[in-house]
Amino acid sequence: MQADGSNPARVIFKEGLQVLLDRLKAAGYQVIGPTVREGAIVYRPIDTVAALPAGIVDEQAPGRYRLGEIRVGEQRPLFAHVVGPDSWKRWLHPPQQLMWRAERKKRGIVFVSASAGGQPPRALLGVRACEIAAMRIQDRVLAEGEWPDAGYRERRKGVFIVAVNCGRAGGSCFCASMGMGPEVTEGFDLALTEQVDAESHRFVVTAGSPSGQRFLDVLPGQPASEEALRRAREQTAKTAAHMGREMPADAGSVLRASLDHPHWEAVAGRCLHCGNCTMVCPTCFCTSMEERTALDGKGTERWRQWDSCFNASFSYLHGGPIRNSGAARYRQWLTHKLAHWEAQFGTAGCSGCGRCVTWCPVGIDITEEVRALGTPQETMRHDGG
Amino acid sequence: MARKRPRLAVWKFSSCDGCQLSLLDCEDDLLAIAERVEIAQFLEASRATAPGPYDLSLVEGSISTPEEIERIKAIRMQSRHLITLGACATAGGIQALRNLREFDQVLASVYAHPDYIDALATATPVSDHVEVDFELRGCPVNKGQLLEVLNAFLNGRPPNVSTYSQCIECKRSGTVCVMVAKGQPCLGPVTQAGCGNVCPACGRGCYGCFGPAEQANTGALSDQLAALGMTERAVRQYYRLFNNNAPAFREESKRHE
Repeated sequence: MQADGSNPARVIFKEGLQVLLDRLKAAGYQVIGPTVREGAIVYRPIDTVAALPAGIVDEQAPGRYRLGEIRVGEQRPLFAHVVGPDSWKRWLHPPQQLMWRAERKKRGIVFVSASAGGQPPRALLGVRACEIAAMRIQDRVLAEGEWPDAGYRERRKGVFIVAVNCGRAGGSCFCASMGMGPEVTEGFDLALTEQVDAESHRFVVTAGSPSGQRFLDVLPGQPASEEALRRAREQTAKTAAHMGREMPADAGSVLRASLDHPHWEAVAGRCLHCGNCTMVCPTCFCTSMEERTALDGKGTERWRQWDSCFNASFSYLHGGPIRNSGAARYRQWLTHKLAHWEAQFGTAGCSGCGRCVTWCPVGIDITEEVRALGTPQETMRHDGG
Repeated sequence: MARKRPRLAVWKFSSCDGCQLSLLDCEDDLLAIAERVEIAQFLEASRATAPGPYDLSLVEGSISTPEEIERIKAIRMQSRHLITLGACATAGGIQALRNLREFDQVLASVYAHPDYIDALATATPVSDHVEVDFELRGCPVNKGQLLEVLNAFLNGRPPNVSTYSQCIECKRSGTVCVMVAKGQPCLGPVTQAGCGNVCPACGRGCYGCFGPAEQANTGALSDQLAALGMTERAVRQYYRLFNNNAPAFREESKRHE
């Protein structure tokens, strides 16, 4: 609702969505959106609405993900899915990045900083509330600290976010219990709520920024009625009530009080420490550096790549890894995510997206683990990790 | 002052030559290497050989005959650094399957005249016999990792060869998990990264060509393989491929006998 009481929201149709994509491209954006690859919905550059996963729904459970079909009459919804193995961090905090290079010259070694530029600004289409929350969590870590990551800040500053209010909750979703979704409330340029019934397929669109409003004003469609907005809110509220999982309310204090709980050993027995949970997590930000020297020794490049606290080598200090057991590493991850992150960065490090639950090959469910750790048992012996 | 080029030797033991082929396959990069080292011995590339000592020996193949034990000791004595290449040299290779059986039966099942054969009852990694400076995994080794190891040697730094799981490589490259999204068995979570996630990128599970990852929790993976419908026998055979004799895979396969 605007100050003068008018309602700037609009209702658009699939054609309108294509117009939005075209206008974003014309404005210089590379559009990244959900599309089906290798049996999953991932985030890749897209040009047309036809690339979106029309009529595709994802069934998710711990350690299990399958795509299925969904129709409403003749209509095939575009955003009936929830989140897949990709998160937007692939585009904002990329898996591999050149930091700088150095060359050996006659007068000494010359360092050349790798430019963060050279890439077009990006429009991210189909961003969910939990994902905006995850970006805000990474912003605090990577962009707002004392030593901001220049590349991240530049990529993040340039993004145009087309958010989507989830019309359905997935089997691993628990954003509602983290207070991070499913309603998109901030940090977006445009927000869509998809409404599909047998007669029509439409999107209620609201703007969250002046830039978003400029795009919205020229989209073909019609002003949204109060009724359409009310129905959109109801749909999102219904999603909130049907979350696949729920994080216990006091997760942080449960974990702080259970550092010596024997359950850490039990979960380590099931944990592959393969690192999948941290790779798919939209807030995990850990990386390691690698020098790649030229064969002739005349130059070197420093590359940064995603790493994981589940890798023994990641905690390697003089003499060996400081977290040398699966239990120590699992505890590090879970307590950081849900307890110590708060002390460090002021929020929980989890947005409740459920990716770590679905993409764990053995289906370890962090909400269940927190529940088990909240059950008092004899304390386990400290393993020094 | 011109520095003397380091002398490189490449040796073959019981193996298929695939790892040496990976070195030949480096093509243009191999030419760059040849400018920086003197290739003193590499029979797969040239019949010209030069006597030791060598600064770096690359060794392919497992130790499978009495003669090979003596030969690897002699090579070690002539080599400042010794790096083993591939599943055979680092774990014994596919031929180490014989370690699990009565050797006489194995011989009799293959050769019409087993008495002509002078072989050891086991096929074992080079490191069981001599000190090894670095072991590069893979069946075959990855070309990029092989170049990295040579590059690190030439520049006097440790090689960037990670010991974590294949999953890290899949996720970085955006390959969708075949186990979670398709219910396919995959050894990736317990296998060391490095191949460039060849199989999962083609939509099939990892066969463990790069051997066990650091601290691999094979027991937990086996439980999941069973949950995906693999029989006890299939689980056992899954660990008995190119790295069947690597301790983590060998012990896990025995749990399913």
